[in-house]
Amino acid sequence: MTVEEKRGIMGREEGPGDNFPVGMRVLAVDDDPICLKVLETLLIRCQYNVTTTNQAIKALNMLRENKDKFDLVISDVHMPDMDGFKLLELVGLEMDLPVIMLSANGETKAVMKGITHGACDYLLKPVRIEELKNIWQHVVRRRKFDRKERRSLDNGEDCEKLQAANSEGTQATDANGPVNDNGKVNRKRKEQNDEDEDDYEEDTHESEDPSSQKKPRVVWSVELHRKFVAAVNQLGVEKAVPKRILDIMNVDKLTRENVASHLQKYRLYLKRLSAVASQHANMAAALGGRDTSYLHMGSFNGFTNFHGLTPFQPSGVSNRTNPKLPGLPGLAPGMVQIGQTRHSTNIPMNDLSKFQHIAVPVNQHENLFQGIPTSLELDHLQQKQKGINELNNHLQGVFSGASNSNLICATNKSLLLQGHHQQTQLREIGNQPPVAIRSTGVDRLEMGSVVSAHLPDLSKCSETWQNTPSLNVYGVNSLSTGVPYNDDSMISSNMGTSLASTVAQLHGNPLNMSSKNLLVTTQDSLIRRDMQCQTSSLGGTTLLMSSGIADPKFLSFKSSGNVEQKSNDPKQQQNALGPNMAFSSSCNSTLSNQTLLNNVAETQRLKNRIYNKKMDTIMINQPSLDTAFITQYAKTDKSHCDNRLTFCEDNMFGSSKMQGDFVSNNCNFDDLMNSTIKPERDDIGFVVDGELGSDLFSLSTCL
Amino acid sequence: MDYSDLRRQAAYMKKSLFDQGYLDEQFYQLEDLQDDVSPNFVEEVVTLFFKDSSRLLSNIEQALEKNSPDFQKLDSLTHQLKGSTSSIGALKVKNECTLLREYCNKENLDGCFRTFQKVKREHAILRQKLEAYFQLLRQIGPAEGASRPVI
Repeated sequence: MTVEEKRGIMGREEGPGDNFPVGMRVLAVDDDPICLKVLETLLIRCQYNVTTTNQAIKALNMLRENKDKFDLVISDVHMPDMDGFKLLELVGLEMDLPVIMLSANGETKAVMKGITHGACDYLLKPVRIEELKNIWQHVVRRRKFDRKERRSLDNGEDCEKLQAANSEGTQATDANGPVNDNGKVNRKRKEQNDEDEDDYEEDTHESEDPSSQKKPRVVWSVELHRKFVAAVNQLGVEKAVPKRILDIMNVDKLTRENVASHLQKYRLYLKRLSAVASQHANMAAALGGRDTSYLHMGSFNGFTNFHGLTPFQPSGVSNRTNPKLPGLPGLAPGMVQIGQTRHSTNIPMNDLSKFQHIAVPVNQHENLFQGIPTSLELDHLQQKQKGINELNNHLQGVFSGASNSNLICATNKSLLLQGHHQQTQLREIGNQPPVAIRSTGVDRLEMGSVVSAHLPDLSKCSETWQNTPSLNVYGVNSLSTGVPYNDDSMISSNMGTSLASTVAQLHGNPLNMSSKNLLVTTQDSLIRRDMQCQTSSLGGTTLLMSSGIADPKFLSFKSSGNVEQKSNDPKQQQNALGPNMAFSSSCNSTLSNQTLLNNVAETQRLKNRIYNKKMDTIMINQPSLDTAFITQYAKTDKSHCDNRLTFCEDNMFGSSKMQGDFVSNNCNFDDLMNSTIKPERDDIGFVVDGELGSDLFSLSTCL
Repeated sequence: MDYSDLRRQAAYMKKSLFDQGYLDEQFYQLEDLQDDVSPNFVEEVVTLFFKDSSRLLSNIEQALEKNSPDFQKLDSLTHQLKGSTSSIGALKVKNECTLLREYCNKENLDGCFRTFQKVKREHAILRQKLEAYFQLLRQIGPAEGASRPVI
């Protein structure tokens, strides 16, 4: 790492001052030493103040140490210790700095991914100096709009409403949603605040250095963000306004402007998710989903994925007793909608603010699916999934750097767990938008959704873990929610095996175990037993969830690293699903767990014949030593009809999203829903391995 | 010393490298960046490149020799190599890398092997040529060696 200060030390006071862009402080991150050196020299030639590092982690540390130390970040996409997109999202979220992506890969989809993740620009290697000469515009643009945003928000809540209206209107329209929305919002704000233009201009004239007007950056820590999300949930995403949020949050030294700008980002994020989800929905439709409810799933999915920083909404969630299932944004409505019109509970899709985050380390999601019989339409499913995967690939922008869990239910009455092919996608760092495919039988919910979180770089993860103990990364887990019906035993044994192997895998990574929460849900007793055996060996927390358990007694949260397992009667015939969860989180994320459990319990009670299975898995990587952490939110919703479910051709699946912040391994969370034929009982076993409810931010504090 | 002769030689060498497609426009950019403050910039970068790319090449070789090669890893390594080669303007090597990546994506091990050999060969040839070139430049002397003044 070198610090080039050819132009002398440019203090913060100068910023975009008289000399701008001379002396603009750039942080360049690239693991390739040649590219880095060339880039550094080019930037110096442009008269910028350059700092370089070849490690994303170091870059993050530098940025965190002092937010105002840099004006702009340029980062390579392909880096070994952390995905460039993750870095991008984290920087954008935490520090609100413009980030430019750099890559030798100029394919449209890669560029799209960069932009949807929030990159200001995407440059192709080899970088030319002409391009670098213009990068300062991103800094100015961002500053200008930020300031305007704050001012306009100051002026009233109209903007919020406007924004909300904007959001609603543009929600789920296209993958470019966020970009467009942002533009629209900004434009509207401009229109609305024409009268403020003069004031703004005057301000800038008065102080020649706009940067001096910059308010000290607020660090949106996990805690803070959680409060924020809780407040937003309480108010309702669409209705939330900064002032009220601020009041609810009741945090010292947090200004309304901070909340306002954070809210805007949050909304964009949600929109992005829903846009992706809707695309998935379309895809699902193309695949034969008859239900239009997946659209809701889409929006639901959108919520579950929040830029890595909001693990959960504990307060908001736990307070909910109504059909709104906290943490299961999409699930509730989705479930309701899954081909079912008779859901009385109508959870507004907008109520996505609840997330359940369960951090799930996943080692080998592949194993989860191995045993699953995919005799029937395996190929069919695979094809579908491929299609979906491709769609996912295209919709990567939705998820911030994390992996998404794609739930794909596409089976015609067969039990299919297709997580395998998903795994290939895992490699992609990036988001795989959750695919919500709903199909519906009349009153049947096809569910046997298997959520497999795929860890794109499971192997990497392992290696990484072993090699870099400081970096705690884990992929999301795979949730396999096979609903074994006819093939109960087979499936369960398979699942058990896979679970076992998964657990074993986890176990094999002691580095991460301490902070790992393992959520294992299994419907089947067999699986459960296996899981129990396995999970007990885990040092982390494990959450066992079995469907079919109606009472929330299984909800037990421990904030120490105990492993608690509860097994419920596998023969539950109840319609409601009661997850059997034993969850202990070393990261005191009891709230999230509670929320999850509450949600599950609630959902269960809501329907008698409809099972809602929600799997919220949030993976949070708790870096034991490192600053990297991944938050992945995975939610899988499965709702299915009563025992005699006939799985329709299309399976509905919830989407689990993995929000990973920094993960050396990008873990994609694949949720696959299996539908089973002739379900005897609504056994749904799903296994979620991973970190549960770790408070991402609390993790970050460990950094 | 007959600098003009040497300079002419160097110029000729450089031109032929470009004409034969060993180098591309990016190399000019590197030369542009060379100035009084970093008079040996190009040579430094090129040296760095050969050091780093040798490491990458041996990693790729190892990956290819495995019983069941990990194509993803291969792809990632090749991607890195491609990034470096494009940064210094090593055109031929870069093109071979692109081909190698395609074979990786298709998981065509044979194709990968063959292309990799080409990558290695081009890499070695370029190294030879550039070493000769820089040697010549050093003979000419730093003052003469700087190709273009700082604008």
